[in-house]
Amino acid sequence: MYAFDIERPTTVADAVEALKADEAQPLGGGQTLIPTLKARLAAPSKLVSLGNVKEMQGISIDGDTLRIGGATIHATVATEARSRYPGLARLASKIGDPAVRNRGTIGGSIANNDPAACYPAAALASGATIITNTRQVAADDFFLGMFETALDEGEIVTAVSFPIPEASNYQKFVQPASRFPLVGVFVAKFADGVRVAVTGASEGGVFRWTEAEQALSGTFAPDALDGLNVSEDGMINDLHGDGEYRAHLIKIMTGRAVKAAS
Amino acid sequence: MTKVTMTINGKSVSRDVEGQTLLVSFLRDDLHLTGTHVGCDTSQCGACTVHVDGKSVKSCTMFAVEAEGAEVKTIEGMANADGSLNVMQQAFQDHHGLQCGYCTPGMVMSATALLKDNPKPTEAEVRKHLEGNICRCTGYHNIVKAILAASGQDVSAIAAE
Ligand SMILES: Cc1cc2nc3c(=O)[nH]c(=O)nc-3n(C[C@H](O)[C@H](O)[C@H](O)COP(=O)(O)OP(=O)(O)OC[C@H]3O[C@@H](n4cnc5c(N)ncnc54)[C@H](O)[C@@H]3O)c2cc1C
Ligand code: FES
Ligand code: FES
Repeated sequence: MYAFDIERPTTVADAVEALKADEAQPLGGGQTLIPTLKARLAAPSKLVSLGNVKEMQGISIDGDTLRIGGATIHATVATEARSRYPGLARLASKIGDPAVRNRGTIGGSIANNDPAACYPAAALASGATIITNTRQVAADDFFLGMFETALDEGEIVTAVSFPIPEASNYQKFVQPASRFPLVGVFVAKFADGVRVAVTGASEGGVFRWTEAEQALSGTFAPDALDGLNVSEDGMINDLHGDGEYRAHLIKIMTGRAVKAAS
Repeated sequence: MTKVTMTINGKSVSRDVEGQTLLVSFLRDDLHLTGTHVGCDTSQCGACTVHVDGKSVKSCTMFAVEAEGAEVKTIEGMANADGSLNVMQQAFQDHHGLQCGYCTPGMVMSATALLKDNPKPTEAEVRKHLEGNICRCTGYHNIVKAILAASGQDVSAIAAE
């Protein structure tokens, strides 16, 4: 790693201030950023750790939305969201392994927008709102492509607010070496319709499978997907699976998610 | 350099460290606590697992300054007060839960964290919990058996495959 300093502010305001330094970067749980630094793929002058920012910690319920602070670790979501939003808690409980879940944060996962990350699928399928130090962005406008988001330089994800669906489920087809999903599908059923978000599959990162949403909003059953097919165009081709295989898995995992949710 | 102070295996330790110093380098290179191993250095293998405030973390994927004020426990702090092996360590020995021993410190720390949350896990729960701890020698079977035995469950029916 190249040399850098670490600051540990205790408020969002101080973190924002610290991030104004040239080449400063936020540090969440470090589960993605530290390996990146070791590979010398990033050379910040300063890391601003968000782990001590109290206002970014924990989970609260506000009517039918669940608000998760941006520095909340996956393990906390796995246990504390279980009663109110079990589909989301289950997703968190399957991220990586226990030690990763004890450090990795939702803000880091959302900000990083890895094309195979789990939380972006939940945020997009839930119609979540990403709350930053300056504004609120709908998930539909936040995830712009592989490792790309609407975040500006120095902007911090302070919380994510999830509308709680009537029923939901996340199906993760694990790529066993990395423990990330090869394909993951989050299905969320709301009173006014169904949303389906897919991660791991597309070169454009997380996306909504709108044909499935329409079909499932009519009939919420795996059979509703029968006539549908996902095109392999734009799907990720790598040594773990080609585009055709991923496209096939999307339909299979969506069907399983619907079955598990209904 | 930043001054960090933390409690390691019950003793308060203060040192100056650089921002980029990993917790595992701090433990091994600065404090010579070499029981915590580095297997992969890429967050995959779990050989470097220690407890920070009671939770298992990969010490190769955390900076030393992030442990400021924390209680850190490493394999060196696991034995009984008289120096004898604790229940988990003894179970690993009794059930041949190690061969080369490289993964063992991480396995013991991870397993101890599991039993704290789930004192009587099923075999499936043990295996799931060990997803982030890789062993290239044992085939895991005797590790799982050792952990079940350490939890006080009868493992006589599990074959020594
Ligand atoms: C072995 C292993 C297995 C994993 N498996 C999975 C998996 O199955 N599914 C999955 O989804 N993920 C997985 N991950 C990734 C893990 O969930 C990470 O924790 C997560 O992607 C990044 O979160 P972090 O808090 O560690 O962020 P960091 O690594 O600290 O940061 C990641 C990026 O986000 C920025 N950042 C961090 N926090 C914020 C914030 N609040 N606001 C703005 N920017 C911020 C950083 O500057 C950096 O660019 C795995 C990781 C490992 C090591
Ligand atoms: S050395 Fe830390 S996970 Fe392998
Ligand atoms: S005993 Fe050799 S790696 Fe596990």
